[in-house]
Amino acid sequence: MSTIHLGLLEPGKTATILAIKTREGLNQRLQALGFRAGREVKMIRRGWFSGPLHVRIGTTEVMVRRTEAENIYLSYVDKGEST
Amino acid sequence: MKQIAVLGMPNTGKSTFFNRLTGADASIGNWPGITVDLMMAKVKLGSSEAEIVDLPGIYDLRGFSEDEAVVRKFLEHTPLHLVLIILNATQLDRQLSLALQIKRLNLPAVLLLNMADEAPQFGVEIDRDKMSDRLKMPVVPISAKYGKNYDTAYQTISDTLDRQEQAVSAQSLDQCMKCDNQMASEMGSLMQDAIKLPKTFKDNLTTRLDRVLLHPVFGLPIFFGAMFLMFQLVYAIGTPIQDIMGQGADWFQGAVLEPTLAGLPEMLRGLLVDGLYSGLSVVLSFIPVIILFFFAMAIVEDSGYLSRSAFLMDAFMARLGLDGRSFVMSLMGFGCNVPAIMGTRVMRSPGLRLLTMLVIPFSLCSARLNVFIFMTAALFSATVAPIVLFSLYIFSFVAAILTAALFKSKYKNDDPLILELPPYRFPTLKQMLLRSWSELKHFWRWSYKFIIFGVVAIWVLNNFPPGVPPASPETFSGIIGQWLQPILGPIGINPQLAVALIFGFIAKEIVIGGLAVIYGQSDNALMGAIAAQIDWAQAYSFMLFTLLYTPCLSTVAVLKSESKSWKFTAFSIVWSLVLAWGASFVFYQGSKALSF
Ligand SMILES: Nc1nc2c(ncn2[C@@H]2O[C@H](COP(=O)(O)OP(=O)(O)O)[C@@H](O)[C@H]2O)c(=O)[nH]1
Ligand SMILES: [Mg+2]
Repeated sequence: MSTIHLGLLEPGKTATILAIKTREGLNQRLQALGFRAGREVKMIRRGWFSGPLHVRIGTTEVMVRRTEAENIYLSYVDKGEST
Repeated sequence: MKQIAVLGMPNTGKSTFFNRLTGADASIGNWPGITVDLMMAKVKLGSSEAEIVDLPGIYDLRGFSEDEAVVRKFLEHTPLHLVLIILNATQLDRQLSLALQIKRLNLPAVLLLNMADEAPQFGVEIDRDKMSDRLKMPVVPISAKYGKNYDTAYQTISDTLDRQEQAVSAQSLDQCMKCDNQMASEMGSLMQDAIKLPKTFKDNLTTRLDRVLLHPVFGLPIFFGAMFLMFQLVYAIGTPIQDIMGQGADWFQGAVLEPTLAGLPEMLRGLLVDGLYSGLSVVLSFIPVIILFFFAMAIVEDSGYLSRSAFLMDAFMARLGLDGRSFVMSLMGFGCNVPAIMGTRVMRSPGLRLLTMLVIPFSLCSARLNVFIFMTAALFSATVAPIVLFSLYIFSFVAAILTAALFKSKYKNDDPLILELPPYRFPTLKQMLLRSWSELKHFWRWSYKFIIFGVVAIWVLNNFPPGVPPASPETFSGIIGQWLQPILGPIGINPQLAVALIFGFIAKEIVIGGLAVIYGQSDNALMGAIAAQIDWAQAYSFMLFTLLYTPCLSTVAVLKSESKSWKFTAFSIVWSLVLAWGASFVFYQGSKALSF
């Protein structure tokens, strides 16, 4: 198990949110979209040319820019493919 | 009159429900201090007359975005008999927080769990009695789009409203909201007891479609193809209809209006026909493209593809301080700037919206294209003409990119760009028609007075003082044209062309007509007259200027109505004039210097 940020999660992989450390406005928006400590987030795809990330949290799918994803810390268990 | 507000997160179907409840007979309301357009309608519910407002979507009542501030202000200053909370039933795991916040504020509320038609696909099950019990408000699952359970919802709303005699306003939102932890645990236990979510997420149509539409290699080509189709749908149909309407308006003017008004003094007749009536026909000429544009927008937006365009284009657009939706609007601006600027309303961050509005007027619209085709035919050989046209398109792109790059720090996008990518949905025909209709009303409401006033003002410039030939050097326009020579001379624009530019403030469609009046010639003779008077460098400089300066009065009108700011509108006009002059100056002086 290791701690990474959301910007590093590979497509198809799932991890659990540990903490969100960012300014209040962004934090609040992330909360409202379902990003809360303890929840699982799955990386669906990563845009090319350092484009945005497409992730799923619960039944909600969102696009996040990498700079913003770097504020979301995950605890990640590398156990191959998961859903 | 009782007061109701519809509240919920973005994209949960608030407007869909609002339209169903009000029969789509809404208008823009006025609230002190609120500068965002809110739709409002009167309805009869049970035994009460009520006024209902469709609030903008918000994520959090304490949020920092413009929309969140608007809603907060509204709730604090408007006593309400009922808040209709609309949540997406498939996303209660995150949206419940809003219902809990409203409960905290002790506002009378009914909770509608919308998209009930999608809940089974996602495997979401809801115990509404338990929810209602915990939240102390009626809870009804509905489908606003397809009408499922609508009658129950209607009944529940009417009953609740009948019981609510007193209007309540939310008091000091901050105070009640500090109990975050308590609310989080309340939400947790509610989720645990009343809502069953699926353990795993199954692949569905959306994930499969995304695999193709967001494909790293094929995604962009498909996107450009789709945009091409949309452009064609709007303008290949819209522009000819616009032309036919224009001919119809001319016919009416010649066959009915002028004979009827023949007895009037010349000045009055001119004012009525060339001022008021042509102003009105300018306003009307936008109807076809606005209808078709928002018909197409309803499809790309409601389907969820517009948010995908943001994903696809972000790597490039983020550098310009814009996003993929700005790209779509600028692209559509190549047909007509007016609906494209109106379309920016889907972007909720003020910085992003304003920067996009600043960029769109540089899109070479079909009206400008007509001027360029005429001028290139008059002054360039058939082999050079297409290259000249192409170069103008390049300048159009360069001006847009330059503008974005220069002003992206002035119009900063403060809202974090975290966009929801909703499941793919197809709008119903009713939704598309409704969208077109309400945008048309919006355009009419804000624009017709301004446009007609502008046309009349320019008519006055072109026809006064009385007794001189229209648009001649003796008129106000002619005098201004002369007077501007120290500025326009160095870019190769003579007094006659300057008067044509004044015509061009109304609409680029009438520049050619204006030239015909100025030179007293038309068609081939006009081409000859212009070609005899100016050289190719002057013509190109004139076209550059025409490309870059303020597109038309109608664009100015929508810039104002969408930005709600004269300051911004003035800034946009001044910047486009500065850029137009600068580009023409560099070009004209450069070409003169080189040919020596
Ligand atoms: N499947 C489904 N889609 C809906 C329903 N209600 C609204 N929608 C769709 O959800 C999207 C957002 O609707 P809209 O009314 O604009 O949401 P608003 O942002 O809350 O005003 C549109 O594509 C609607 O067609 C519903 O009951 N079921
Ligand atoms: Mg809405």
